[in-house]
Amino acid sequence: MLSRTASNLFWLARSVERMDYVARLLDVARHMSVLASPNSLNEWHSALIAAGCETPFFELHERSDEAAVLHFLIRDRRNPSSIMSCLVQARNNARAVRAALTLDVWEAINGAYLEAREFDEETFSSDNFSTFVDWAKRQALLFNGAYTNTLLRTENFNFLRLGTFLERADNTARILDVKYHVLLPSFEQVGGSLDYYQWAAILRSVSARRSYHALYKGRVVPWQVVEMLILRPEMPRSLRACYEQVLENLDTLAQRHGGRAGEAHRLAGEMHARLRYSRIDDIFQRGLHEFLTDTIDRTVVIGGEIQKFYLG
Amino acid sequence: MFDEMHGLDASCRPAYAVVEDWLSRTPPDFLARKEREAEALFRKIGITFAVYTEGGDPERLIPFDIIPRVLDAGEWALLASGLEQRVKALNRFVQDMYHGREIIRAGTVPERLVEGNPCFERKMVGVEVPAGVYTHIAGIDMVRTGPDEFYVLEDNCRTPSGVSYMLENREVMMRLFPDLFARQAIQPVSHYPEELLATLQSVAPPNCPGDPVVALLTPGFYNSAYYEHSFLADEMGVELVEGQDLVVQNGVVMMRTTEGPKRVDVIYRRIDDAFLDPLAFNPDSALGVPGLFDAYCKGNVTLANAVGSGICDDKAIYTYVPDMVRFYLGETPILNNVPTWRCAEADDLAYVLDHMAELVIKAVHGSGGYGMLVGPHASKAEIQEFRAKLQAKPHDYIAQPTLALSTCPTFVANGVAPRHVDLRPFVLLGGDAVRIAPGGLTRVALKEGSLVVNSSQGGGTKDTWVLAPTAQAASQSQSQSQVTRQTVGEG
Repeated sequence: MLSRTASNLFWLARSVERMDYVARLLDVARHMSVLASPNSLNEWHSALIAAGCETPFFELHERSDEAAVLHFLIRDRRNPSSIMSCLVQARNNARAVRAALTLDVWEAINGAYLEAREFDEETFSSDNFSTFVDWAKRQALLFNGAYTNTLLRTENFNFLRLGTFLERADNTARILDVKYHVLLPSFEQVGGSLDYYQWAAILRSVSARRSYHALYKGRVVPWQVVEMLILRPEMPRSLRACYEQVLENLDTLAQRHGGRAGEAHRLAGEMHARLRYSRIDDIFQRGLHEFLTDTIDRTVVIGGEIQKFYLG
Repeated sequence: MFDEMHGLDASCRPAYAVVEDWLSRTPPDFLARKEREAEALFRKIGITFAVYTEGGDPERLIPFDIIPRVLDAGEWALLASGLEQRVKALNRFVQDMYHGREIIRAGTVPERLVEGNPCFERKMVGVEVPAGVYTHIAGIDMVRTGPDEFYVLEDNCRTPSGVSYMLENREVMMRLFPDLFARQAIQPVSHYPEELLATLQSVAPPNCPGDPVVALLTPGFYNSAYYEHSFLADEMGVELVEGQDLVVQNGVVMMRTTEGPKRVDVIYRRIDDAFLDPLAFNPDSALGVPGLFDAYCKGNVTLANAVGSGICDDKAIYTYVPDMVRFYLGETPILNNVPTWRCAEADDLAYVLDHMAELVIKAVHGSGGYGMLVGPHASKAEIQEFRAKLQAKPHDYIAQPTLALSTCPTFVANGVAPRHVDLRPFVLLGGDAVRIAPGGLTRVALKEGSLVVNSSQGGGTKDTWVLAPTAQAASQSQSQSQVTRQTVGEG
């Protein structure tokens, strides 16, 4: 297939996934702001870091107060990662490859776009925050469901999957890292009630509180939350599950192309093996923040290699 | 005034018998419901026509009228043979302009029309194109003024659009009114994409290594006809490429795919000459492919239509098409031109200046209904303004009488009423054959009394039916041809 078509599909799925992530991230930040610890970085500031938007934000704003951060991450079109920018980007990608999509997929994304065109100040008001976050998450669910349920299993599907799961891997690593930024290491607090609520908020943001209790009996403890989101194959947002999908789709593409595979394939395989055979104790011992930063960096490199090999 | 259904009086012409019967039994609210259904179907399909100058909604639907326009088999047979003849002559003309210019040397066509033509491409002089085909896809705009009076209004050989409407209109009509199709045999049009593909494959370049790989080159989704580009590529099963998807390596055109570069042999391009290749033409073009023209000249890729074939679209050159038919083919033109005054000629100009309020005056290089004056509908001020333009550059204009275009019953706000229509059949000229889908695109001026059918100016479209020859008609035409043979034999 044309590289440009593959690229549009890849970025379509990535943009939708990022929209979903930013919505979830803001939801966590909202929860944490209620429970802020006095020593921590401002939780709105940490949301900016977790969204990868710290630098561009401070080019435009002096202070990371709630209103400014919400505006920047939700609807500032100067920010390519804002929810509205992601949606417009996704819709442009979809429009450019309309013929490669089913009607259901097109309607999922175009419907979201058309609804968003009707939004006004009221939509973005503080009172409607939860409604808006739910709306954004629902659009992503609709899109993912539409393409999973209706699209032929051809290359089109593989590139959408790659986009979804590479972006999701990146996001899971980043959302876990928020915790690091919110709570600069202060040992007294680990295991305290504030700590508990913050980990619970992370679980909530990835819709996994119930799942946690299904996997681990008993109360929420940090290393288990981290294990669940990094290493557990049952958890569909875990880094391991994401990389399983990335690798599987790269494998399928290589099969389709008569064995032709590139550096992205090797790196994804390496990453997957690492996640598959790592132990959570070792990750904590070597430093969770370091592990997450390294994962984010590697994911960026893999994205770049996919770009070069297939999409350029 | 001639009406497609009623003719010159209130009777019903035989081709419309089924349609008239249907209309007489159908209450207006049913038609209104079907019209809404049609619109919903088009929205769903995604057919839109963006109009550059209007701003506003870039995904506006072009209005569709649910009452078909019908031609009988005999009418169509005559049109089809005339279209084939005309397009062959046009193609020979383009070829001649880039080679010996015999028609100019014979004094039939003045040289300045070619030299002064913005679509004339000097770089094409002496270039050989596969099978000698330049005008692979032509849209010939026709109007009708009486039972046997068909006229060609203009020739479109650059990048004629609208064929997707012909196809989708039929699709929608068959979904809305299956009974109408069951009651009579209507010639199908749905094979057009296959015929287009066959035409493109028939002009593979001399250096094509195997089965020709075809691609459709589009300016991208901001283009008003993007839907059509993507529709046709899809229907033909070829890649829809943008300039950025193509790269020229060692004089060969390759497309970037997920499996690495892949050779392209024939490009159905829907972008204008000027934007094809920044190295050969407009250096600022971001739509084109650097080196494409060089690959074309080397015989490594075919472009359809050929570079420089737009000279045919010039309305001053149009006036010479009947002469071309006689000159190149030695035949009598089957299709008539509208009588036309060439403002470049002093006598004609004087006449035109005296009769501006009666005439339609067109810029010779214009298209899409822009840059023209419809005398009877223009205000005094508009006429004065146009007069100044005309006097400043008379070479740039031609004038034609305001034709009484035929009308066709059309469903409008207050019921069924006559509206003026034209017809754009699409002619495919390959290395092996001429292919014409029966019918074409009927455009209708939805405003009462309006003669402007262009979609860019509020026109709509209709499905165009060509009835299959009846057994009786077929045997009649056969016996007629036998008679002709006998006559020849006796002579």
